[in-house]
Amino acid sequence: MQNVHLGFIDFAILAIYVLFVIGIGFALKRYIKSSADFLTSGRSIPAWVTGLAFLSANLGALELVGMAASGAKYGIATCHFYWVGAIPAMIFLAVFMMPFYYGSKARSVPEYLKLRFDERTRALNAISFGVMTLFTSGISVNLLAKLLHELLGWNYNVSLWICSAVVLLYVLKGGLTSAIYTEVLQFFMIVLGFAPVVYLGLRDVGGWHALTRDLSAVAQHPASLHLVANSSQAFNPDAWTSAWKPLLAGSHSNPMGVDVFAMVFGLGFVLSFGYWCTNFLVVQRAMAARSMSAARRTPLIAAIPKMLFPALVILPGMIAAALAFTAKDGYRLPPKIATGGELSQGLAVVREAANQHLGPQAAFADVSKAIDMKMDSGKVAALIQQAPSLDNATIETRLQDAVTENDYDGVIPSLVKKYCPSGLLGLALTALLASFMSGMAGNVTAFNTIWTYDIYQAYIAKDRSDEHYAWMGRAVTVVGILLSIACAYLVNHWSNAMDIVQLVFGFVNAPLFATFLLGMFWARTTGTGAFLGLLGGTATSALFHATTLSVGNSPGIKGGYLHVFWTFPSDMAQNFWLASFAFTACLVLTLGISLVTAQTKSKAELKGLVYSLTPKLKDEEKAWYLRPAVLGVVLLAGCAVLNLIFW
Amino acid sequence: MGLDIRWPIGLMFSLVGAMLVLYGLFTGSNPELGINVNLYWGLLVLVFGATMLFSAWRGAKAGSDRKQDE
Repeated sequence: MQNVHLGFIDFAILAIYVLFVIGIGFALKRYIKSSADFLTSGRSIPAWVTGLAFLSANLGALELVGMAASGAKYGIATCHFYWVGAIPAMIFLAVFMMPFYYGSKARSVPEYLKLRFDERTRALNAISFGVMTLFTSGISVNLLAKLLHELLGWNYNVSLWICSAVVLLYVLKGGLTSAIYTEVLQFFMIVLGFAPVVYLGLRDVGGWHALTRDLSAVAQHPASLHLVANSSQAFNPDAWTSAWKPLLAGSHSNPMGVDVFAMVFGLGFVLSFGYWCTNFLVVQRAMAARSMSAARRTPLIAAIPKMLFPALVILPGMIAAALAFTAKDGYRLPPKIATGGELSQGLAVVREAANQHLGPQAAFADVSKAIDMKMDSGKVAALIQQAPSLDNATIETRLQDAVTENDYDGVIPSLVKKYCPSGLLGLALTALLASFMSGMAGNVTAFNTIWTYDIYQAYIAKDRSDEHYAWMGRAVTVVGILLSIACAYLVNHWSNAMDIVQLVFGFVNAPLFATFLLGMFWARTTGTGAFLGLLGGTATSALFHATTLSVGNSPGIKGGYLHVFWTFPSDMAQNFWLASFAFTACLVLTLGISLVTAQTKSKAELKGLVYSLTPKLKDEEKAWYLRPAVLGVVLLAGCAVLNLIFW
Repeated sequence: MGLDIRWPIGLMFSLVGAMLVLYGLFTGSNPELGINVNLYWGLLVLVFGATMLFSAWRGAKAGSDRKQDE
């Protein structure tokens, strides 16, 4: 991707944004007096602020870039992550789970597990979640630094350290409150920065009807954009523009390669409820609200914009696919960029193939192997033929031009570059920066709370002064940022690291919701049952992964390394089924073990932690239509309408 | 906490919106989609920022009125 030149106004917008987020941190510094103020905001924040922060903390660069990438790859079916996954889970959290999280006075999700079960379950959750937040933060900052390098030519190291330093500065000054307040500002920045890109893109393709027409053509010829591995594969015309029809037609009829059960149970129930209802990163925002009523309304307030967010984050990917298919103004989906080392290897192979007069097929295979990407055989053959008369730089340029593998993460930057003149460009880049910062600050504030309360205070230094824990919270914020940067370097230098990290987190997260579900709604669940059930669920995940594979992958990091008992049409289908099995195993094991082990908690201890033993909550809202259950039903109806419109 | 987040949000977007509007006006004659996106989007951002500021001012006024009543 050719570098974009920033004008004075673009730098000015970036500078104003950075000054304001740091300024908010400094303005809040005088209100931070205790460890509770720094780590939990002293439970003092209004619902509209925690609601937008709840959404913004999840809206990191990974979400923004990743959803646009999926929009190009899978079309409108990507909306299932929102309308089948996120919204029902957020409503469930608000109506059923927030009363226990907030009412138990637990300061974190692992602390709730300690109150409900025992120290073992808390430690397992705290350690796995702590490590996960650092890696998530590292992956996010790595992605941002790479995007800034590819888009603007900025140095990777400088981008990484400066962006992280800004986050460190405002979190260190104002703690969780600072992170939450800046997340609200970042939410508006993301919306106002990316909305014009979507509008201009939609206008450019000729409006919604022209977009659906072009995407129908994409569905019938996906190989023309290298969207599928099999060049003869085609889908029904509505595969990119209908959310449910291609899914109901079977896993081979939709670009995701997923069946209905895996989508509804695996993604919609297990993974989504597991993320939105148990992930401390988002739950922490609701726990910082000023009252029980505000805490319950937090996920509901977040659900309103979340429902409409596909228009901002998925639609750009669909626009990119349509633009690339019509090749409007020469636009193509951004190709993967070969590294200097890969191009040097490719150059050597091209020279050798030209000298030895290798056959076209053998030469093409050698070049593809050297570059380690999918290539255009015609372009490679022509290059080898003309190689003797070309200089090295020209061969390297033409090798890059012959790469056909898409870099879907480059979709958003490519649209920003295409549509944003100086001025709007500064706003869009600031939005990209804001999305990264909200994600990193969210992860770091979750990490410092978990470390200070659930690891340090629980196991290392039990009875120290509040000042000491406040100091520890600040110190571990610095450590958390440094470890995030270390994780960024790890995933940047070792390409398999990201796959392995996400795989391990998948193993741990998949069964987690079963533990919470039984813990909150079945008083008989024991600590031993929960702990062993969680371990059993994780082991089931690992075993399932070791014995299944998806089409096009060879045994190894993608699974099947023990034996391939089952092959799935896609990685996504494999992941959704893995989650379904892990959840079921954890549920059955926890149930069984709880029935044969003694309950160590008395009914008095479980009051406020379990549904049947907790007095029914009286809604504080005077108006019936503001009650969480009523709002939840309205939101579910809205979600159903959206599913029907894009059926 | 004592900070009303609407003040910094309103201030920042008013400032950014005003900059985009001025920039759009100065560069409007240079075609480098048929619309002057900086001007129109800048206006929208400016209106959003001003609305936030007005909302923060009303909130502060209601708070001080309540204190006086007490």
